[in-house]
Amino acid sequence: MNDSFYEAMIKRGYSRREFMRICAILTATIGLEASFIPKVAQALENKSRLPVIYLHLQECTCCAESFIRTAHPLLADMLFNMISLDYMETLQAAAGHQAEAAKAKTMQDYKDHYLVVVEGSIPLKDDGIYCTIGGRTAKDLLLEAARDSIGVIAYGSCATNTCVQGAHPNPTGAVPVKDIVKDKTVIDVPGCPPIAEVIAGTIVHYLTFDRLPELTRLGRPKAFYNHRIHDNCNRRAFFDAGMFVEQFDDEGAKHGWCLYKVGCKGPTTYNACAITQWNNGVSYPIKSGHPCIGCSEPGFYDDMPMYAHLAHIPGTAMPFEPDKIGKAVTGLTVAGVAAHGLATGVLMRKKPEEIQQEGGRDE
Amino acid sequence: MAQRIVVDPITRIEGHLRIEAEVDGGKIVNAFSSGTTFRGLERIMQGRDPRDAWAFVQRICGVCTHIHAIAAIQSVEDALKINIPKNAVLIRRIMTATQFVQDHVIHFYHLHALDWVDVVSALKADSKAASELAQSLSSYPRSSPGHFTDVQKTIKGFVESGQLGIFANAYWGHPAYKLPPEVNLIAVAHYLDALEWQKDIARIHTIFGGKNPHPNYLVGGMACAINIDNDNTINMERLDLVAREIDKAMAFVNQVYLPDLFAIASFYKDWTYGGGVENYLVYGTLANQNKNNNKDDIFPGGVILNRNLNEVFDVDPRDPEQVKEFVDHAWYEYSGEQGGRHPWNGETKVKYSGPKPPYEQLDTKDKYSWIKTPRWKGKPMEVGPLARMLVGYARGNETIKSSVDEALQRLGLGQEALFSALGRTLARGLETKIMVDDLRKSYDQLLANIKSGDSKVFDGSKWEPSSWPESAKGVGFTEAPRGALGHWVKIDHGKVSLYQAVVPTTWNAAPESQTGGKGPYEAALIGTPMADPEQPLEILRIIHSFDPCIACAAHIIDLKSRQDVGECIFY
Repeated sequence: MNDSFYEAMIKRGYSRREFMRICAILTATIGLEASFIPKVAQALENKSRLPVIYLHLQECTCCAESFIRTAHPLLADMLFNMISLDYMETLQAAAGHQAEAAKAKTMQDYKDHYLVVVEGSIPLKDDGIYCTIGGRTAKDLLLEAARDSIGVIAYGSCATNTCVQGAHPNPTGAVPVKDIVKDKTVIDVPGCPPIAEVIAGTIVHYLTFDRLPELTRLGRPKAFYNHRIHDNCNRRAFFDAGMFVEQFDDEGAKHGWCLYKVGCKGPTTYNACAITQWNNGVSYPIKSGHPCIGCSEPGFYDDMPMYAHLAHIPGTAMPFEPDKIGKAVTGLTVAGVAAHGLATGVLMRKKPEEIQQEGGRDE
Repeated sequence: MAQRIVVDPITRIEGHLRIEAEVDGGKIVNAFSSGTTFRGLERIMQGRDPRDAWAFVQRICGVCTHIHAIAAIQSVEDALKINIPKNAVLIRRIMTATQFVQDHVIHFYHLHALDWVDVVSALKADSKAASELAQSLSSYPRSSPGHFTDVQKTIKGFVESGQLGIFANAYWGHPAYKLPPEVNLIAVAHYLDALEWQKDIARIHTIFGGKNPHPNYLVGGMACAINIDNDNTINMERLDLVAREIDKAMAFVNQVYLPDLFAIASFYKDWTYGGGVENYLVYGTLANQNKNNNKDDIFPGGVILNRNLNEVFDVDPRDPEQVKEFVDHAWYEYSGEQGGRHPWNGETKVKYSGPKPPYEQLDTKDKYSWIKTPRWKGKPMEVGPLARMLVGYARGNETIKSSVDEALQRLGLGQEALFSALGRTLARGLETKIMVDDLRKSYDQLLANIKSGDSKVFDGSKWEPSSWPESAKGVGFTEAPRGALGHWVKIDHGKVSLYQAVVPTTWNAAPESQTGGKGPYEAALIGTPMADPEQPLEILRIIHSFDPCIACAAHIIDLKSRQDVGECIFY
């Protein structure tokens, strides 16, 4: 865990006297009377909340909207008890110079002890003119904030894979955080947006266990991105049984069957949607009848059309071609469906390691 | 000699907005609004499947996460002449009203309140007096002295920690703050309650659209099948969850938001700044099926000029002489003929002439924004809640009229008070009440329709591209929380060949133009006194009253015109 403000000052060669003087200035700055000085000093001697700098770069703010919807922990609990959100354009009270000064102060006072969260991609084309804040480019601001940080969380698909603005032909030359920040750990938390509890959970993981979370091969927290949505899908049994929605709102749809044939990208999408679910566990796209669009995977906007299904499902135990089987099965009797499902399970019960060897992008 | 001040970033908004203002004699004498980000989606849209378009343009904005998708879907359905089932109409309408209610509450508490509410002053409040005051204002249960003491303790502990987080370095103690400590404490308590509540109402989107932000939609209806006798579809448990969230939303709006709005407004009645261009434009909503510019909508369409509520002009977004966009102060150029362009004939060709970053100041004599300048018959227009309430009022809409009259009477204000930052903020609250009532009505209609035996949510007769005409054009108009929203699409050989959106913040945050002068933000700032130019609280107050959404505004969805320019015909 990070040092207290006091410890950090002493380490950097300041005296106790200087520390108390800063406490007095700070007390006055935040509008309190002198009687508060000892309390401020006491607070600064104790462990501080984790300072977080949240940068909005080239994005649509869906990630911030998701972040504020976190149900466990509640955002208020995070803000008051866990982190010190010292810079976040969407929520902070100060603007302009005062906002930038708050950020600069955190970078200086909490050198090597603050976390950076980045929402948005970085447009590099034409000297970075496509995203400036306070007259400075996204790249400049990101490099500055990352330099003395603990690490950087690339939050959302813009920051991890450039999302929609990076789709062909990527007119502004957008790149993800990893292409800019080379000398710090970058944790990718993809999704458009990511689930609220996933971003909150990633930060609280660090706070609780004093270390950054373990990552998958693609640099994402294992706790949330280790499985495909397909692996834990509530409609998975229908996939295995060859029972598919052929068209929206058909009989299959009204019985909650598999959405693979109307374009579901669940089989190639690594995300926690099927387990954690959205908005405090209420639902996720597939459960609500729409195919997964694969929003946490790089290049998903160029893997359209959205409603056309994948040609091949990597790493699956499925022994049949859904296009051939599915149609026949859905036209059959219930007894036929059951027999097919049973046969699938018996014939192709593969071991997990065999499935992994089959390729795909198993993590 | 005027002093140039720069506020960049304007915080507590969506996106990247920069304001440069000239202050002379303690007053703003000139102002410039600049959007400082651009994503260039216009080229990305070309050649895509029109059934996918909603997912791309939904990502225009994660705050207005629902309404861009709806406008996109409506434009495609209009082009392909698809009529969606009644259940889908009602579900979309429920989702629209949900977005308005959630968005307006978040705006009031989390984006706007700190312009009027001094958090540090809340520490001086007497929690017993705050409780008495709160109980006199509303029947909201979380109003005990103990509750306010707890909130105060939380804030105190926070302030004493020396880590002020999102409250750091702000304008606490500024002379423009007028609320007594008790009202500040109540507002801070409700800031926290609203934060907790807003995540719950989003669940209505999750039930029907699978997630929020960015729920899922479907050309031809909705994807959420209804089967009340199935466990994997919309059934009674799912609907009950929606009903419960609507109940909570009604309670929050009636017991918390509106009482707070009136309580706070009553202390700022003499802060009459921020009027602006005094012309107002509305396309109309609620999300009735592809009915554009409907005078009978819950919020009717129309245009008001120069504050004159005695005359309302009809808006026709298809008329090439009404809506036009100018680029003389935006970082674009038109090939060929200069001047204004109707969206049909639009073009987004980047021509950056601003300073090379890092820079201190923009050259505002030249181009200075990524946001274009839209005009209605050459005039700048304000869009949004105030425009909706004024046009509804002038159209004689009974619900809106009585809502506005009652509010003015309650505050002891005349009609002229509406033309201000405060009027805008008041209108947003009154509109939220109308929206949340409509939410309940739409839900009841949905339930009645399902009960009658209708479970259809999707019309697939035009799903396959083989059923489409070779060429088709369509348009979707509605109101976003921040104002009038239009999406235009052209489909050729099954692919998108033109896509264009003109969005609310483009109207409001526009830079000036030779045609029509200053944009609404800029005009609203001029004439406002500033207690201390180094502390831009007054600027934030006025700009926030518009609820800026810059990702929407910077022209991201125009066609990068090639051979299509001028060919588009609308119906």
